Amino acid sequence: MAIAYAHESTADQRRANRTRAVEGRTVLCRVRRCDGPGKAGRWESFKVPVEPGMNVIACLKHIAQNPVTVDGNTTTPVVYDAGCLEEVCGACTMLINGMARQSCSCLIDEYAPLEGDTITLEPMTKFPVIRDLWVDRARLFQSLTRVKAWVPIDGTYALGAGPKESPEVQQDRYDMSECMSCGCCLEACPQFTIEPDEASWDTSFIGAHAISQARLFNGHATGKELKNDRLDELMNPGGVSECGNAQNCVKVCPKGVPLTESIATIGRQVTIRSFTRFFSGK
Amino acid sequence: MSQERVIIVGGGLAGLAAAVRIAEDGVPVDLFSMVPVKRSHSVCAQGGINACNEVARQQGYSEYQHFDETLYGGDYLADQNPVLEMTNWAPKIIDLLDRMGVPFNRTPEQNRDLRLFGGSLFKRTHFAGATTGQQLLYALDEQTRRFEAEGRITKHEFWEFLWPVTVGEGEDKRCVGITAQDMRTMQIRSFRGGAVVMATGGCGLIFGKSTNSVICTGGAASRCYQDGAWYANGEMIQVHPTAIPGADKLRLMSESARGEGGRVWVPRKKGDTRKATDIPEPERLYFLEEKYPDYGNLVPRDIASREIFDICVNQGMGVSGQNQVYLDLSHMDPDYLTRKLGGILEIYEKFVGDDPRHTPMRIFPGVHYSMGGMWTTYTPGSYEPRARHGVHNPGDAAPVDTEVGRGMELGAHNNMMTNISGLYAFGEVNFAFHGATRLGANALLSCIFDGLFSGVSVANYVRDGAPKSDPTSELDQGVFDRVTAQEQSKMERLLASGVGDSDPTDPTHNPYAIGHELGVEMTAASTVVKTGPRLEQCLTKLDELTERYQGVRLSDGSMWTNQTLSYARAVGDMLILARVIAQGGLLRKESRGSHYRTDYPDRDDPNFMKTTIGRFNPDGTCSIEFKPVRADLVEARARTYGGSSKSKKSEPRQETVATS
Ligand SMILES: Cc1cc2nc3c(=O)[nH]c(=O)nc-3n(C[C@H](O)[C@H](O)[C@H](O)COP(=O)(O)OP(=O)(O)OC[C@H]3O[C@@H](n4cnc5c(N)ncnc54)[C@H](O)[C@@H]3O)c2cc1C
Ligand code: SF4
Ligand code: SF4
Ligand code: FES
Repeated sequence: MAIAYAHESTADQRRANRTRAVEGRTVLCRVRRCDGPGKAGRWESFKVPVEPGMNVIACLKHIAQNPVTVDGNTTTPVVYDAGCLEEVCGACTMLINGMARQSCSCLIDEYAPLEGDTITLEPMTKFPVIRDLWVDRARLFQSLTRVKAWVPIDGTYALGAGPKESPEVQQDRYDMSECMSCGCCLEACPQFTIEPDEASWDTSFIGAHAISQARLFNGHATGKELKNDRLDELMNPGGVSECGNAQNCVKVCPKGVPLTESIATIGRQVTIRSFTRFFSGK
Repeated sequence: MSQERVIIVGGGLAGLAAAVRIAEDGVPVDLFSMVPVKRSHSVCAQGGINACNEVARQQGYSEYQHFDETLYGGDYLADQNPVLEMTNWAPKIIDLLDRMGVPFNRTPEQNRDLRLFGGSLFKRTHFAGATTGQQLLYALDEQTRRFEAEGRITKHEFWEFLWPVTVGEGEDKRCVGITAQDMRTMQIRSFRGGAVVMATGGCGLIFGKSTNSVICTGGAASRCYQDGAWYANGEMIQVHPTAIPGADKLRLMSESARGEGGRVWVPRKKGDTRKATDIPEPERLYFLEEKYPDYGNLVPRDIASREIFDICVNQGMGVSGQNQVYLDLSHMDPDYLTRKLGGILEIYEKFVGDDPRHTPMRIFPGVHYSMGGMWTTYTPGSYEPRARHGVHNPGDAAPVDTEVGRGMELGAHNNMMTNISGLYAFGEVNFAFHGATRLGANALLSCIFDGLFSGVSVANYVRDGAPKSDPTSELDQGVFDRVTAQEQSKMERLLASGVGDSDPTDPTHNPYAIGHELGVEMTAASTVVKTGPRLEQCLTKLDELTERYQGVRLSDGSMWTNQTLSYARAVGDMLILARVIAQGGLLRKESRGSHYRTDYPDRDDPNFMKTTIGRFNPDGTCSIEFKPVRADLVEARARTYGGSSKSKKSEPRQETVATS
């Protein structure tokens, strides 16, 4: 089997790469650098010795301690966002060989198994770059406010247990609730475009992750108290009707959030809501 | 006069629970965090959260017994009153999280499901899939966002806390705000706050690689300590026996792998270079099975950690000469393994790339949790014990009334306040609840309890305490400008340290290299096995690193989003906190909980049932004092999990249940 470097490498190909990984080799990390908003970007390459089980974050750490490019130029450590290093916080998302994914769970052996292989790191393109690989994802959280992604509880005083729930409903909600706000689904979505101007966030396409959160809370016994507010927001410009159904989002979600199901469900709820609104005049 | 605000530093479970409770009480909150709060380290917790529940209660369990287990697990180093109050609140906290929409696992009858966890015979651990911490954090994040939308909480994400702003000296010292830095623009400024809550989590990075997130440096706690806050029980660091060593961090491998039959071994021949699968059975050293024929691979956690550590560090027998041993499941039926352990085996495969069904896993103990932290006080509740109570047997009525308010007085201004008035510490950065070791699934509880319970204290203090008679909004601006200037010049000093004028890869003054050496040294000297001479040596090494740090050179001089600056500054603070940890370990001449000294292998209650209190001296050294633990509710028993033949049968075998 040929070695798959391309972003569309399958899990099987990546596993195959792993088995042919050469010990004691180096990897060439090609990194897209940018000193700040409005500054021109540039490429820098670093030769990094590969340890067994090494991931992209470990490469970036190595570069931080040895910030010298392959051409022998001294440079600055690469700026990037990271947190848990366990693929559960969503922070370290970037484009690796052109595809958005978490860098902490990206093993070098799977992408660059042979001596001198290249791995390319770039910032996501749908969010403004702050510096190097670090982008500003504030809009992603703002969209959670747009759909009121919370349960409107009466307060934090002791008022007994929450509503009962079947294991099936729990499992459905859990699957949606694992969304770690990483932004992969937005990076892949043709309808979601970069929007540096905060003023237009309220009317730009909200994205699959937030539509799915609306479904999550509409499906909770207390959360559904705000169902109409959520659906009204998703009927507005930037709402669910702007989704073109390309289904890219669900293919790239690292947590397997059922995004297309959520989009379909919310689409139906919105239709019903617009009928009731039309007939009741509210 | 503008209304006094509360500053909360940290948006993990503790910080968010506090923000929600305080905002709900009508006091405006400024919430600071180095990361978007939804990405805080609390997301990592997998296992669950403990609380007494109806099923367990009808089997004879009670909040009292949860309290008793927590003290016993912590080897009686925790003051007892706060622990009692926490366990009394636990069931209410679960109910609240349930109302917030946490998808707790359910039984067919739609009740919350429970699992068995270390340290108890009763099922008392609530869980949401394999990501309980993430689910709890999200629920609190959502409530925080709701208050943010209403304008009651203001978030300052990507802001790093740099220093507390205080007025007065000694007993009169009072915290009136903080100085912080925008991690993107690098702007440094001070903020006024009637009260400041530190909820900045643990300090795993002092040990280099740990199970913690990348921001868990302990830097924030160290800065408060350097400004006069006491740091307590620093030497109490929990090490998890089976972590997966990684080039960047250590990831937990659940102990259920051993519970299901995993065998721990190293090659008998030192430095054997063969692949694990090529080494025949007689040439493998199953060192736990050999040394502990009864328990074998299922010895208690601390013993397992010690033995693995001994084989690698002292005997140099680790796999490939490194700090790792095999945890082997490959002798078992792959289908059975998939059925029983599928989820955790996938994690291993995802991060290591090997399939544990066919290749032995490589594991090593990993620093996991800090029981020590900022010292805090409290007002005891209404319970006055008439007599001391010993062992509480399941089924017996609880000798202590399990009513809220019995352990601590709700709303008293000083609950979980540090020795500096107006400065509070919540969550992992608070030393109060876990004594000398923490029971699995008790940390999430203590974080949320701090926020909800002592959040009331913060709101009361701001309304009726010093901020009322002497509002921070009326303080002279100079008080704040002084600290801004101090931090500004500290930054300028670091930035001017010679960027680019020397070989950036020379480790002598490289902050990353100093941080790395610090981690290696602290892990070797001050974790699983400690001795006086080794800790002395460690303190000497800290001197050397501190000396080198004085000349630290940054490879990035930028005034925009400079992560190297942030890290280099934290390394300085980590070195200072490391000294408290090592020195506490040196002076605590006994073994207790996670603190194990080969030269003092026994627990010594008369001398050391005491809180270690570290105070910072201006010359950078640390003064340590031991203060008796308040322990008038339960009498200290020997902590003998499986240690004597009598208790073997009755004690739960911790390893056979999921722990994290
Ligand atoms: C892998 C793993 C598994 C675990 N599993 C469990 C479990 O199953 N059950 C259990 O009970 N416990 C578990 N624990 C322990 C538990 O997760 C932690 O103790 C707990 O989450 C700590 O929460 P916290 O709110 O105190 O701090 P954290 O969640 O660590 O949050 C700290 C906050 O402080 C902020 N901060 C830090 N420094 C600064 C600064 N200088 N300026 C501004 N902000 C700052 C951060 O941005 C962050 O928002 C586990 C821990 C680990 C590592
Ligand atoms: S299905 Fe909709 S949200 Fe998903 S990628 Fe396509 S357009 Fe975007
Ligand atoms: S839905 Fe999936 S891809 Fe999108 S933000 Fe959430 S976790 Fe990331
Ligand atoms: S660092 Fe959290 S997902 Fe990678």
